[in-house]
Amino acid sequence: MHMGMTLTEKILAQASGKGSCRPEEIIEANIDVVMLHDIGTPGIQEPLKELEVEKIPSSVEVVIIPDHFVPAPTVKAAENLKLTREFAKKHHIKSYYELGRGGICHQVMAEKGHIRPGQVIIGPDSHTTTYGAFGAFATGMGVTDTAIGLGLGKLWFKVPPTVKIILKGRINPAISAKDLSLFLLKNLNSEEVLNKALEPGGEIIDQMSVDGRMCLCDMAAEMGAKNCIIPPDKITLDYLRGRVKDPIPTLSSDPGANYEYTYEFDVSDLEPLVACPPSPANVKSVKEVEGIKIDQAFLGSCTNGRMEDLRIAAQLLKNEKVHPDVRLIITPASQEIYLQALKEGLLEIFVQAGGNITSPTCGVCFGGHSGLLAPGERCLSSSNRNFIGRMGSPKAEVYLASPATVVVSAIEGKISDPRDRLGKGGIR
Amino acid sequence: MKIRGKVWKYGDAIDTDVIYPGKYLVSFDPSEAAKHAMEGLESDFYKKISKGDILVVGKNFGTGSAREQAAVALKSAGIGAVIGESFARTFYRNAINVGLPAAEMKGIKDQIDEKDEIEVDLDQGLIRNLTKGKDHHFTPLPPFILEILKMGGAVPYYKKRIGKG
Repeated sequence: MHMGMTLTEKILAQASGKGSCRPEEIIEANIDVVMLHDIGTPGIQEPLKELEVEKIPSSVEVVIIPDHFVPAPTVKAAENLKLTREFAKKHHIKSYYELGRGGICHQVMAEKGHIRPGQVIIGPDSHTTTYGAFGAFATGMGVTDTAIGLGLGKLWFKVPPTVKIILKGRINPAISAKDLSLFLLKNLNSEEVLNKALEPGGEIIDQMSVDGRMCLCDMAAEMGAKNCIIPPDKITLDYLRGRVKDPIPTLSSDPGANYEYTYEFDVSDLEPLVACPPSPANVKSVKEVEGIKIDQAFLGSCTNGRMEDLRIAAQLLKNEKVHPDVRLIITPASQEIYLQALKEGLLEIFVQAGGNITSPTCGVCFGGHSGLLAPGERCLSSSNRNFIGRMGSPKAEVYLASPATVVVSAIEGKISDPRDRLGKGGIR
Repeated sequence: MKIRGKVWKYGDAIDTDVIYPGKYLVSFDPSEAAKHAMEGLESDFYKKISKGDILVVGKNFGTGSAREQAAVALKSAGIGAVIGESFARTFYRNAINVGLPAAEMKGIKDQIDEKDEIEVDLDQGLIRNLTKGKDHHFTPLPPFILEILKMGGAVPYYKKRIGKG
């Protein structure tokens, strides 16, 4: 009997020129798109040289987006950026997004139409899982794997078993995709999802915006997933139309597809959540940690620097002030978002409230530059990781939460429940 | 392929930020990376270990970032192999790709003590605890992963495959 395949299995079967493939099978898949940034591009040089790759196969679309150490905070970073720029020139990479024309790689990949359903996409960055929001198989790799995929146009994969996650119910308007991600980090059995393909679905996902889906697929990296894929629907197509030139395929898992595990959650009663140090899976409700004082609040990153996030922040910050003891740092995820926020008047609200706006960069989130923490300081962040030393000193603490929780806490000076300030009809 | 060394133990979910902090991501120099290995947990890790020492770790080792420098830092600090309850896949692939043997064995963490002298036989899937005189078995690595390790990493392996090695 021919059993159905999940969407992840279908994509990998097609990319490896096979009729079908099964979980745990090792396959060699053609790579459609390689995303590179200013850490990955310098990192692949040595393996590319060793492999004697002079020309990138024409079957591979390469997109280069400097975003980690931008604008260059050190001379060493400037050298890496120069190398990245020269690499793009040498290989005639059309999709190179210079500082001021791009932003955080995962956001730019979507905005500029470099993600299409059914593709195999790799990048030297764990949050490459984000592209699954558009029905692509996308996963993060180290620089050696990335160099091989780029140079040879193909790479080995172990086909991951798929875990289906069904989210049902009606959620409070103050609850966002970030809270749902933290909920999953708390409630999924980490051993059951480690290195698996996650396939979120159900009425919550069916109604979720592209911004929310990207947040969820981004946070799947923290769940230990290999990839996270949402079958494309009308919401996906509405977003991609006008951004993607080629025809956009519609794909889904087969009705008889085999899921290793299926989780079903009714999230109607979901409360705002916080991940406490030192792990994104150390999740508690805001109520449990309410009142903990913060020194810094960060709204941004590939997880939560999108329009939806900035809009809710502006709604909360209008006619308010950031607490005198708190620095609020806001990083729009891309130039496109920066401009849109400017047009909508959001940036004015942030500045009036006493917020500090940075240019689009990964710097704050990964402790690379901008907004590092001193020993003993505490930050509440909308980003994705709170490991020891993540945002500066190993003696600083990072808590993770939704944009609404971060902004309300910045106003209050302590971790606070956004439901107290968000009336009904806030965020979806 | 056998690796023999003294054991250093770490717990569950040791993440890439503590193995190799983000601020050093600008550098790709292996000897420089070695100096920052495990810096999130302790300074001068590279000074306390001897060449060939073996890490015995808990679940989901290397969780977090795709940064290959995490595996490079451990290898160039002198670590000969990492035996874990389970690994994050990006770390696992990176380790194999840079020629740092990594193997999974459920329950290993509770059966071996820090500073035990062990020998890991990757072909046989055998860990000999020379201090305690006990043997432990794990599922041997797939043949092609063993071949990558024996060739010193993914680059020499692929180079040979495409006829340039």
